[in-house]
Amino acid sequence: MDRRHFFKLSSAASGGMVLGFSFLLGCKQPQEVIEAALELPNKWTELNAFLEIGDNGVVRIFSVNPEIGQNIKTSMPMLIAEELDVDWKKVIVEQAGLDTDNFKRQVAGGCQSIRQAWEPLRKVGATARQILVNAAARKWEIDPKDCKTKEGIIYGTEDLQISYGEIAEAAAEEEIPENVELKKAADFQIIGKSKKNVDLDKILTGKSLFGIDTKKPNMAYASVLRPPAFDQELVDYDDSKAKAMSGVQEIISFKNKIAVIADSNWQAIKAKKSIVANYKAESELESTEEHDLALRKLLDKPSKNFMRHDGDVAKAFSEADTVLERIYESPFLPHNCLEPMNFFADVQTDKVYLEGPIQTPAWARSRVAKILERDEKEIEVQMTRMGGGFGRRLYGDFSDEAAEISKLTGKPIQLLFTREDDMTAGTYRPAIKYKIEASIKDDKVTGYRLTEAAVNGNMYDLIPNFFPAGAIPNLEVIGHPLESKITTGAWRAPYTNFLAFAEQSFFDELAQLLKKDEIELRLELLEQAIPVAEKDEKIEYEPQRMQACIRMAADKANWGSAASDEYQGISAYYSHNTHVAEIATVVLEDQSPIVKKIVCVVDCGIVVNPDAAINQIQGGIIDGMGHAMFGDLSFENGKPSASNFHQYRLIRNSEAPEIEVHFIESSVDPTGLGEPSLPPAGGAIANAIFKATGRRLYKQPFVQQAEFLG
Amino acid sequence: MVKVDKDTPLLWVLRDELDLVGTKYGCGIGQCGACTVHLDGKAIRSCALPISAISGAITTIEGLSEKGDHPVQEAWKEHDVPQCGYCQTGQMMSAAALLKKNPSPSDQEIKNAMQGNICRCGTYLKINAAIKTASKA
Repeated sequence: MDRRHFFKLSSAASGGMVLGFSFLLGCKQPQEVIEAALELPNKWTELNAFLEIGDNGVVRIFSVNPEIGQNIKTSMPMLIAEELDVDWKKVIVEQAGLDTDNFKRQVAGGCQSIRQAWEPLRKVGATARQILVNAAARKWEIDPKDCKTKEGIIYGTEDLQISYGEIAEAAAEEEIPENVELKKAADFQIIGKSKKNVDLDKILTGKSLFGIDTKKPNMAYASVLRPPAFDQELVDYDDSKAKAMSGVQEIISFKNKIAVIADSNWQAIKAKKSIVANYKAESELESTEEHDLALRKLLDKPSKNFMRHDGDVAKAFSEADTVLERIYESPFLPHNCLEPMNFFADVQTDKVYLEGPIQTPAWARSRVAKILERDEKEIEVQMTRMGGGFGRRLYGDFSDEAAEISKLTGKPIQLLFTREDDMTAGTYRPAIKYKIEASIKDDKVTGYRLTEAAVNGNMYDLIPNFFPAGAIPNLEVIGHPLESKITTGAWRAPYTNFLAFAEQSFFDELAQLLKKDEIELRLELLEQAIPVAEKDEKIEYEPQRMQACIRMAADKANWGSAASDEYQGISAYYSHNTHVAEIATVVLEDQSPIVKKIVCVVDCGIVVNPDAAINQIQGGIIDGMGHAMFGDLSFENGKPSASNFHQYRLIRNSEAPEIEVHFIESSVDPTGLGEPSLPPAGGAIANAIFKATGRRLYKQPFVQQAEFLG
Repeated sequence: MVKVDKDTPLLWVLRDELDLVGTKYGCGIGQCGACTVHLDGKAIRSCALPISAISGAITTIEGLSEKGDHPVQEAWKEHDVPQCGYCQTGQMMSAAALLKKNPSPSDQEIKNAMQGNICRCGTYLKINAAIKTASKA
């Protein structure tokens, strides 16, 4: 081999290395041909804050919500482009920065982006289309009603026609009409047709796109040392070794933390490891063992503080033939976004610039304004594409830290969490336990009580009005928080990601106790809920839509006629305004259950971008399955039990089952898809495992249960 | 020319010194595969490999193809694989190394070869389908 193609190495005086990168022949930046797929116009005309039209007919649409992988950067501009009536191939999408004057709800969370933008964004497109038409009609001196549009061209009477690009400047002078008409679903040209991710080429060629890729002039890199245990206080530290290391610019301490500022990420990370810090704790540090005892106790604590209360549960229980009581337990979960937390901040005397991956840019701006004692108007926030969010990037502790370090050092700062920082300084899904009780009288479910005990609480107002509210006449929901210093928060499908497993496992067991088919019991209960849901506005789900999902899932999965060595479990759950039913098929290999396939039926109303929707459903199921089976974080002396992927198991390629996705055909307004397929997955799998092994799983992660291992 | 400490992992030389940011940091201990590059055509993790330990030719995602049209990249486009997209350059580098060694891998061979690359969004099924497509290209 020709050594010249390898790197040239020579010792430098400092003991470092000087590399000649001729060996990186295969690493040069690819040509820019990919980006230049569309010819850019000579002039852009802004028709509103969301869109600009080029003189050559190319349309630039700004995506206003943060992109975490839910594909909103593609699907939201699709809504605008549909009503604008342009050729999607001529659309360029760019990420908008935070702009609360022009845009509403620039948040990624709760699966609300598409649902809440459905009408407003279509109106943005339709209004722009109308002013283009009005301008053309004025030019031709005809009635705008006599104009039609198609793919960026306006057609008038006789042979009149003009492109959007040609009339855009005149359109910008037109008065903005109110109450523009929106297209009928049958006329959609873009919505309902699969469109590829607008960032696809950049992702696949490794272009700078994510927060971690941010590079700015004179930028310094920061790595922060935080207390290893929750509720610990920094006493003192020795950074003499770190200060002498190469590339280290300075080391500062703030708010119980120590930040190393260096010329590169590696130098900052390496120097941080050499700091010796001492910590103290005022009170006893927390452990999972103590949480478990305290949570168990809370499950038995009587409460009249009902989050929902129907009928008389005590009476139903006292008159019952049988009462079923079960307890379900789950650990803390870290989010583990594959792109660790990071943020760029440049705090200057006259302005502040923030850039990075965050689900809640407006919230970050208001917090940073308070920390820096600056006016929000002086702070600009730009969002980057995010290497996962899952709820972790709702909490901008990293944006606050970056801003604080930039202020203290006077430097533009790129802050990066190492994986260890990311996993141990998390905002975790809390550890949760549920007790579910049901009474049976004359083969009917007469009473139901759900009691939650969760670290820092987990129950949310809407949840008690999910199924089985309305289906069972006597029903109570109680939530007990256990106060903790461990930071907890939303984790993909918050509030229900574990509740769905508990509830759907419980109903499965209830069906078997009643000697009923598991699907039949669910359909019956939903039938009973129909008249109640019609009257009770608080009830969140639509029983008929759920029944339709279950029936279709049963049909597609051949429920009841599976092969003799295949075992099926059902789970159906409504969350984030979307109804989902899943049937898992499990087989036994060497007496161990293996999840072979999951059939999923979704009712999310109109499906905006079908292929991308399938991606979300598959991803949610694999995520739900992975965490039900493997996800586990415990605490000892305030310290998390895992700090990196050698100690924390995430689902891997070979463990993903075959997944079949079906959507209920619908003309109802669309709802979100980033979360709803996750909650039912654990229950469907556990119920199938029961069929295969005769053993019930009450605790996550499943791999730690002897039952699971057979 | 860049000057770095001898123990600097290849990943950080690529990202911080050479502005080749397509190779990603995920764990720093070779457990997630986000930092996968090729060393003499074989997939390796660059996050824990000191620059001084390298002898061989390195290829990153930026150099996988001239125009972003390697069969693996084309297949990834066809299947619209990415969700958040962060792990995908590492996934494609593993896939490209697999196909170089084994042009028509079986389903099980694909799963085995891709076991070291975590996708937190769960795009595994699309990844495997895209590798099948690329293997036929």
